[in-house]
Amino acid sequence: MAEVEETLKRIQSQKGVQGIIIVNSEGIPVKTTLDNSSTVHYAGLIHQLVMKARSTVRDIDPQNDLTFLRVRSKKNEIMIAPDKDYFLIVIQNPSD
Amino acid sequence: MPVTDKSVAASVRKDDEERVDTVDRWDESHHGKGLIKPPDQLELTEAELKEEFTRILTANNPHAPANIVLYNSKRYRHASVTQMIVHFVVEGSLLHQDSDEARRQKQIGCQPEPPPRSNFSSLANQWVIYDAYMEELQKQERNKEKQKAAPSKKDPDNTKRAVVSTDSHGHDISKVRKAVKIIERMVNQNTFDEIAQDFKYYEDDSDEFRAQEGTLLPLWKFQYDQAKGLSVTALCWNKKYQDLFAVGMGSYDFNKQEHGLLVFYSLKNTAFPEYSYPTKSGILCIDIHEQHSYLVAVGFYDGCVAVYNLNKEGMDAVHKSTAKTGKHTDPVWQVRWQKDDLDNNHNFYSVSSDGRVASWTLVKNELVFTDVIKLSLNGAMSEGTEGSQQPIIACGTAFDFHKEIDYLFLVGTGEGKIHKCSKTYSSHFLETYVAHSMAVDAVKWNHFHPKVFISCSSDWTIKIWDHTINTPIFTFDLNAAVGDVSWSPYSSTVFSAVTIDGTVHVFDLNINKYEAICQPAVMAKKKGKLTRVEFNPIHPIIIVGDDRGYVTSLKLSPNLRKKPKAKKGQELATGPEVEVAKMDKLLSLLQQPENSTA
Repeated sequence: MAEVEETLKRIQSQKGVQGIIIVNSEGIPVKTTLDNSSTVHYAGLIHQLVMKARSTVRDIDPQNDLTFLRVRSKKNEIMIAPDKDYFLIVIQNPSD
Repeated sequence: MPVTDKSVAASVRKDDEERVDTVDRWDESHHGKGLIKPPDQLELTEAELKEEFTRILTANNPHAPANIVLYNSKRYRHASVTQMIVHFVVEGSLLHQDSDEARRQKQIGCQPEPPPRSNFSSLANQWVIYDAYMEELQKQERNKEKQKAAPSKKDPDNTKRAVVSTDSHGHDISKVRKAVKIIERMVNQNTFDEIAQDFKYYEDDSDEFRAQEGTLLPLWKFQYDQAKGLSVTALCWNKKYQDLFAVGMGSYDFNKQEHGLLVFYSLKNTAFPEYSYPTKSGILCIDIHEQHSYLVAVGFYDGCVAVYNLNKEGMDAVHKSTAKTGKHTDPVWQVRWQKDDLDNNHNFYSVSSDGRVASWTLVKNELVFTDVIKLSLNGAMSEGTEGSQQPIIACGTAFDFHKEIDYLFLVGTGEGKIHKCSKTYSSHFLETYVAHSMAVDAVKWNHFHPKVFISCSSDWTIKIWDHTINTPIFTFDLNAAVGDVSWSPYSSTVFSAVTIDGTVHVFDLNINKYEAICQPAVMAKKKGKLTRVEFNPIHPIIIVGDDRGYVTSLKLSPNLRKKPKAKKGQELATGPEVEVAKMDKLLSLLQQPENSTA
């Protein structure tokens, strides 16, 4: 458990990282470094996106599964790593 | 008015009569008018006028039809009809709710209330179906295992997984361990995006203009804050997962002996090590097993050897040699895994300054050692000068095993000699080469050519040998003590060396037999010395370790990776035979002038 906390701290201290959100399988944020409204906003929208992406991948080949999802936009990049019960969202602006 | 009364009375009498006569006639009341006889009135006699006719008034409407059709729903038929002609009859199945029949049916079978219902909606995708089947399969397998009722052996992977699952009940956050790891790698990839792109795709175009030179492009720099003050003493790439490498840290300084560190980095996450193991004594050498890449053999400054298992949790070595089990009495300079012996036990060799080459075998979770050979100054022990004189033990500082001939190996000594030995002859050297004037730092067989090996030493020289000839084929003087030399895995004529003045030298004998084709200064002279260099098995990069604890990775430019050019029309042959042929050609070139002079 401690190593997970350490790793999260390291990620947070990386260049350009704006926030980290951990969301559980129902779409409820469990841990976050952003403010409440942004967290809820991100969690709700991204949850649907992840479900759709995962459904797409698995529908094509049921033995396959989603490893991660990157959404790169003009201003920043949203990285999503889904797990069995949780998924992790990190927002980074790499050119910072 | 008397006239009126009389007339009214008369008219009333008359009216009555008239009324009695005709029912249909509408009588108006006459006020004082005389009896007026309409012209078309019936002429009746007095007697007929006084006749009384009986008329009965009833409520029946004579215009109403006599045969109305009424449908009696209780009795299911048309009723009160006198004249009916049936054209078509069909029995229906509808029952009136309150009829007897309906009530009887309700009591017999059906529930009076509908069952409780709830709405459910879902998708039946391919993967939902697949998951359901997989669950069924797993349930069946579990049942089978229970039925077998045999105690199953816990292998290390299972214990690791079991530990994770029990921990996760405690705190939710440890469940995201895998996801966090992936995210960290992604974030790092973004942060070091340019370097990652360079690593994969950058090819120095200016190499086309520099016919005989190449460049080294610096890529990532690996550093770890717990490694401050330690120098890199050993580097080893993992053969199976070629983005993983191990760094052993310790100290070469006799006075400053502290703890050591065994650290594993992956190119996918360059900011933080994947695994790290602190050790009590400085590490001097490491070797990762070729097939079982989770087994790592480590040699320490205090003479111990240890084996680490990356699969197991915990910071300790799986096996460690102690004074009782025959650890060396001097620093262990090199360890090497060997093929599994006849009993399928893993074993490795170590060489140390105490003059012993020992073989360690992992027998049933224990480390058992056997001395293979003792290095003595005067050559073979049996040839002890003047009879029973005690032979002086030399220090072994490096060794390497032949790639194909299993029992053949070379040992470099602290006196500068290199001995060719065999595993089967423990008292005899097959050959001795007087190589250097100072300690031999590294000796390595060529990956392709079976006869060639290279050695380097603190006496500033690198020498290339053919093991059948007693004198070196090539000698290079690098103007500084050479820390390490390493053959490249892709070409038989390319090798790299690092010196303590912070320079990396890359040689390609095919292109230039006398000089390095690339000599970038990786570190400023005062800042530190380079201690180790290793080529990656598949990617065109090398890692260089220095005495500050940093590991730098450099990309080789295309000129340094040249394959032999095909003559026009001929096919370009690849493979180890070509490499061997290349070397042979070089050797033969050198032989000729030697023969001619000799």
